[in-house]
Amino acid sequence: MSQEQEKNYLENGEGFASWFFTVDHKRIGIMYLWAIGVFFIIAAIASFLVRFEHLTPGQTIMTAHTYNVLFTLHGSMMVFLFIVPGVAASFGNFLIPLMIGAKDVIFPKLNLYSFWLYLLGAAVFMIALAAPADTGWTFYTPYSIESGANVILITFGIFILGFSSILTGINFIVTMHKLRAPGMTWDRLPLFCWAAYATSLLQVLATPVVGITLLLLIGERFFGLGFFDPARGGDPVLFQHFFWFYSHPAVYIMILPAMGIISEVIPVFSRKPIFGYKAIAYASLAIALISFLVWGHHMFVSGQSKLINVIFSVITYAVAVPTAIKVFNWLWTLYKGSIELSTAMLYSLAFIFLFTIGGLTGLFLGALAADVHLHDTYFVVAHMHYVMIGGTVFGFFAALHFWYPKMWGRMFDEFKAKIAFVLIFIGFNVIFFPQFILGTLGMPRRYFNYAPEFQSLHQLSTYGTWIGAAGFILMLWTLMRPLPGKAPGNPYRSLSLEWSMDSPPGTFNFDEIPTITEPVYNYGTKIEEES
Amino acid sequence: MDNHGSYKSLINIWILLMFLTVVTVGAAQFDFGAWNVPIALIIASVKAGVVALHFMHLKHEDGLTWVFASYPLFLLFLLIAFTVTDMFSRVVN
Repeated sequence: MSQEQEKNYLENGEGFASWFFTVDHKRIGIMYLWAIGVFFIIAAIASFLVRFEHLTPGQTIMTAHTYNVLFTLHGSMMVFLFIVPGVAASFGNFLIPLMIGAKDVIFPKLNLYSFWLYLLGAAVFMIALAAPADTGWTFYTPYSIESGANVILITFGIFILGFSSILTGINFIVTMHKLRAPGMTWDRLPLFCWAAYATSLLQVLATPVVGITLLLLIGERFFGLGFFDPARGGDPVLFQHFFWFYSHPAVYIMILPAMGIISEVIPVFSRKPIFGYKAIAYASLAIALISFLVWGHHMFVSGQSKLINVIFSVITYAVAVPTAIKVFNWLWTLYKGSIELSTAMLYSLAFIFLFTIGGLTGLFLGALAADVHLHDTYFVVAHMHYVMIGGTVFGFFAALHFWYPKMWGRMFDEFKAKIAFVLIFIGFNVIFFPQFILGTLGMPRRYFNYAPEFQSLHQLSTYGTWIGAAGFILMLWTLMRPLPGKAPGNPYRSLSLEWSMDSPPGTFNFDEIPTITEPVYNYGTKIEEES
Repeated sequence: MDNHGSYKSLINIWILLMFLTVVTVGAAQFDFGAWNVPIALIIASVKAGVVALHFMHLKHEDGLTWVFASYPLFLLFLLIAFTVTDMFSRVVN
């Protein structure tokens, strides 16, 4: 399947227009990667400043209003501009056609349109920063209705971003149904694709609800319609119902693709077939389905009825089952494997460790009595960051390193990358583990000020941001300065289809559409030896 | 013209939709009390169903497409059912 004669996708055209108007799924994936990378860095700087402010009680470097603006900017930018489109749009675009044996996604122009919509939504979001919101990323009513900031403009930007998300989801679903190579049956589909499929279902089914909710918010603010304001006959808890009906499945839009990445990396660096392929694949779908049934666990202290609290609490425990199935299967894949601690593998192992902490602390919050005490404290902040950073971002970093040779056609310095990993891992835990303790001691989230007895834990958490930032800068430095020489087509001896071609791939991926005859995870077997 | 309905049937569907629009406007002229919203929603649902079946070709699609098309209705049911359960089981002091 050599592509010697064909130009690789990076060389096929130069200049702005060759990228901005491309319909090549790989280039669109790379553009998403750059865009979300920029927003990630801006949002991370905001969080760095927020943590710096907490070095001392009272004002340290900024006013209370600036603090409110910065944590809103951090949360909303991380969620809507980085982590929701993050892995799915960037790596999903780049990898899905390569993994299923297709020349592109099924609707290439729609794919480009989705990216343009993403940019448009992001632009509206950024324009709104002229009068930045201070509501937190959840935009709860009634404050979001009353606030003088550009809440509606930001939410309109998110509304546009939602369309981008929906169109990408539709594209991926149809691509996986219609463009799989001969022999690429559903039970041979790489697990990253299964995860992307489940993610796409969520994107298509859940995103319209947040779009409608934001429209209702606009209707209430501009036209005085009574949806959420009790004075007009509305119900503020209704906003939370609608918001979390989207935003809880959105948590799985964020984490499922990262789980797919882990399922790809672990077998390669354990030289073992993935344990429980079907269980992992179906667990992705189960997570997607159950995630629609648990949104009320964000609202236990909102005034929601006791009956519905109990129902949501019970169902919340159910979503832990398919998630745990995945974790156990990854661990069983490692068992007696020939483990190679590459950088991507280190991030993947860290994912399992950190995500498990994030998941288990989620069960604390799913328990009604415990949640009354822990709700809106730093315990919640720590829990969601263990899931979102320890899970999704570590998975994202694993992917950045694992598919780096395939994307760029170069190798990177593994030693420096591993040092960066160590710094990021330590920094992350120093930031967020003290926050579990702060939360159980009663430190509320989003507060500008705090009691003096919390200072040492706050300071420890802030020091963690310095360690983590050093690691992140080293990681960027390492990845921006690849080693000389061309990367081999398959440096990690992967059996997955995207590694069967040169690095970087040619514009049309495959000279001829391949025929698949074997399962994708046959590591350590006779078939691998023969190949 | 493909096999997804003739011009004649499409025009008939359009006339039906126009008729249902007249019914919507007509129904809005009367006060049915608590039935105002259900009646409006029933008429709108019939219109949406006709559009989905004929203009969006659902009538001609296979089982898998029906599963995809009907699952959002199940989710809508869940959203309404849980929210309404909350609203009617709250204890207000």
